[in-house]
Amino acid sequence: MIPVLLIVIPLVSGLLGFLIKQEKSAKVWSLLTSIITIVVSILGIAVLHKPEYLQTDVAWLPDLGSRFSLTMDGMSQMLCLLTGIAYPAIFIATWNSTYKNAHQFYALMLLMQTGLMGVFVASDALLFYFFWELALIPAYFLCSIWGGERRVAVTFKFFIYTFVGSLLMLVGIIWVYFHTPDHSFAMSSFYKVNLPGNTQGWLFWLFFLAFAIKIPLFPFHTWQPDTYEQSPTAVTMVLSGIMVKMGVFGILRWLAPVVPVGLWGYGDPAASMCVIGMLYGSIVAMQQDDLKRFVAYSSIAHMGLMGLAIFVTSSIGIQGVMIQMFAHGINIIGLWIVVELIERQFHTRKMSELGGLAQKAPSLAIMLVVVSLANVALPLTNAFIGEFMMFNGVFGSKSSNYHYIFMVVGGISIILSAVYTLNMLQKVLFGNTSSLTSNAHDIKINEKFVLAVLLIGIVVMGVYPKPMIEATRHAVDAIYSKMFVKLP
Amino acid sequence: MNAIVISAVLGVVMMFCGVFTNSKPAVRTVAIIGLLALVIANVLDMGGYHFFNVNVKGMLSFDIFGLLFNTIAFGSTWVYFLLSGRDMERVGVNLAEYFALIFFVLCGIAIVSSFSSLLMLFLGIEIISIPLYILTGSDKRNLKSNEAALKYFLMGSFSTGIMLMGITLLYGVKGSFNIDVIRMGTTNLTPMLAAGLLLLLFAMSFKVSAAPFHFWTPDAYDGSPTVFTSFMATIVKVAGFIAFIRLFEGCFGDVQKQWQLLVAIIAAATLFIGNITAVFQQSVKRMLSYSSIAQAGFMLFALVAMNDIAKDGMIFYAAAYSLATIGIFAVLLKMKDYTFEGFNGLAKRQPVLAATNTIFLLSLAGIPATAGFWAKFYMLSAAINNGNVMWLVIVGVLCAAISVYYYFRVIQAMYFKEGEAQEIETSAGFRGLLIAIAAIVIILGIFPHWLLDQLHNLFYL
Repeated sequence: MIPVLLIVIPLVSGLLGFLIKQEKSAKVWSLLTSIITIVVSILGIAVLHKPEYLQTDVAWLPDLGSRFSLTMDGMSQMLCLLTGIAYPAIFIATWNSTYKNAHQFYALMLLMQTGLMGVFVASDALLFYFFWELALIPAYFLCSIWGGERRVAVTFKFFIYTFVGSLLMLVGIIWVYFHTPDHSFAMSSFYKVNLPGNTQGWLFWLFFLAFAIKIPLFPFHTWQPDTYEQSPTAVTMVLSGIMVKMGVFGILRWLAPVVPVGLWGYGDPAASMCVIGMLYGSIVAMQQDDLKRFVAYSSIAHMGLMGLAIFVTSSIGIQGVMIQMFAHGINIIGLWIVVELIERQFHTRKMSELGGLAQKAPSLAIMLVVVSLANVALPLTNAFIGEFMMFNGVFGSKSSNYHYIFMVVGGISIILSAVYTLNMLQKVLFGNTSSLTSNAHDIKINEKFVLAVLLIGIVVMGVYPKPMIEATRHAVDAIYSKMFVKLP
Repeated sequence: MNAIVISAVLGVVMMFCGVFTNSKPAVRTVAIIGLLALVIANVLDMGGYHFFNVNVKGMLSFDIFGLLFNTIAFGSTWVYFLLSGRDMERVGVNLAEYFALIFFVLCGIAIVSSFSSLLMLFLGIEIISIPLYILTGSDKRNLKSNEAALKYFLMGSFSTGIMLMGITLLYGVKGSFNIDVIRMGTTNLTPMLAAGLLLLLFAMSFKVSAAPFHFWTPDAYDGSPTVFTSFMATIVKVAGFIAFIRLFEGCFGDVQKQWQLLVAIIAAATLFIGNITAVFQQSVKRMLSYSSIAQAGFMLFALVAMNDIAKDGMIFYAAAYSLATIGIFAVLLKMKDYTFEGFNGLAKRQPVLAATNTIFLLSLAGIPATAGFWAKFYMLSAAINNGNVMWLVIVGVLCAAISVYYYFRVIQAMYFKEGEAQEIETSAGFRGLLIAIAAIVIILGIFPHWLLDQLHNLFYL
């Protein structure tokens, strides 16, 4: 019941949203919808968490053995909660932005939420693929219509990139489908498939490409900085906060348990890509002057760590990935909100043109400092918990031969991340005010509210992560056991 | 049998219609009603109501597969009449004859979907081809149209010759034209059989414009009046595939292992050439010609895989591809400028046309929740299930990704680019029909069995 609502509410509301012509009403409409969605997802986690509320199974394509089946386990609950929180936060924080044909903008945003929710709750491979693509189409239109100058070419690159990955994954899905005992696309049947090692090897790469492009892992990341830079910031928040989590989620749900032997066999090359990406993202982030590109590259580094923790195969590492998926989502959305506020006020994103904001806009400065430090995983912030567990997992990995090297290189990238973040803070907040920032005013109440909520979330999760760990432990154990059950 | 007789009669009726009335709407109405009758008669045939009990002496055999395909071909043609019938008036004065020729083509389609003798195959292919040569050249005063017709005719008759040669060789070996006789006892390919098979393969590849026999396609499609290009590129093309599959399954199904690789190479070449060349086109009409070659490459998967999924998938592909392409052509017909730039800013002036066109293009690109996704899905499944041609599957998906490039160029032009206003007049009925077709494309995209289930429930419950 709950997962169906999570899909249907944004879908119906999004479709109706195309009919609301007035900008103001479109904003209110979409905000109300997103609030209802978050209430429903909290209900699903806190109140109605019996299995019968969290599962739906309706016949869809009986001839193919595919059912419209949705399940919410701990991992889904957490990501649905993240999606649920992100939307109202984005809508409130960008309340003062104006868009041409605003009703279409908000309607497409809601349709994208449908796709995202669907990806996280689908427990049928074909249905998963459907939602996976459906999340992409609204994103394509959102970026191409409302983005920056180079939007059309950049978004097109993004689309083609991800589409190639999706199609390869589709080939993999169909292959596995023909080898399921009961010719079914159901997740449980996929988990029962026992394929020979070399088959799993190339299936691993088919699935891996799709997810690696989405995350994005080095060297498939080239679409990401451009797309983040050119998209309207509200869309960038969804892309970087939630959509990239689809890739990590996909690995945990559809890759690791289905082709564990492939993952063991090729874990090291994949992990190497992640590590190279971490180092590369950090080094490039240090060179950036544009705030959006800065966040984009730092995100490549952080996503690389999540990939690394999965590919070295350890229980605590995967637990860390769970926590970090949520934490990174919150932090990066917070970071984008601040970037958006700066851009809207000063009409520039160049660090070199900013400076001295700490005196002129103290609230903004505090918010930026806290989300940035959370992003570098300072202790007492949410990301610390995740990164600590992930590094712990890498350190104790038994499947990887090179995990010490990964550990060291990853550690260097963390140090670098502190360097570039502090450097950014210094340039933007301190020093002399520039001609642009001398008349700066502080942020508005609605923006303060959203950021304050995010900050509270960051700190509470950082100090008391236990509920989050408890909620996802079951899912972690399930995934981890699947990764070992089929070892030859 | 219903379809063959009635479509031939309707062809004659349409010819006389032109004699008795000069009113264009009247002619069109007769054609639309006649075609609807044809669809109904064919559906009744599927349900066991045979109007004509003719002893065909084993020359034809009507199975559910062929009849189902007829239904789809006739249904698509009906949609095509409704959408683009008005545009035929602009080609020339002989409106009734255009309709008559199309009915003759449909008669040919009904024959090739049910032949069981190679003679009937030959007859069917010729009945399809000859009216098409005329339709291609129907814009008499246009040089390009004349050139296209001549080219198409010369190349077409040449390939027909090759086909006859192939049939003759098979007859020489087996002493019969019947496909069951030819199949019987064919466990390995003797040189003579192999030569016959190759000649038939080349001739059929020509008819469905598979590489490297595709050179006539862009010129013929580009030169002929757009309204007939729409018909040729959709219904006629998929009919060629039905004949292709019927022929090769019927005659050489048991030795499939020996020619599978050859067809797989043809499929890969078709996909590659069609997609790569489409990328470089500046005219949407020419792009659609190459896209039809590219889609033919995907339809060849059915021949390569040759299993039940492939045959069902072929029917579905026919429906999905025809509906979407007819829709795009109907929009294209309303444009004066066929270049990509001509579509600039269409979304602002004609939101309905732009939105439906987007759905059709997404369907051709194979995006989920459109019919085109399932078409590709079935073809990929068939090839993966076959297991021998994984390389072709990978080539296929990479080419599908390339196809996104040129389909999305139209979407980009419509939505993201500002353009000069082209005066476009559309009636409410036309827009309504486009919306209905787009709705069918989406319904088929979410419930691919919906249409088949409806037919099934109607007759067999």
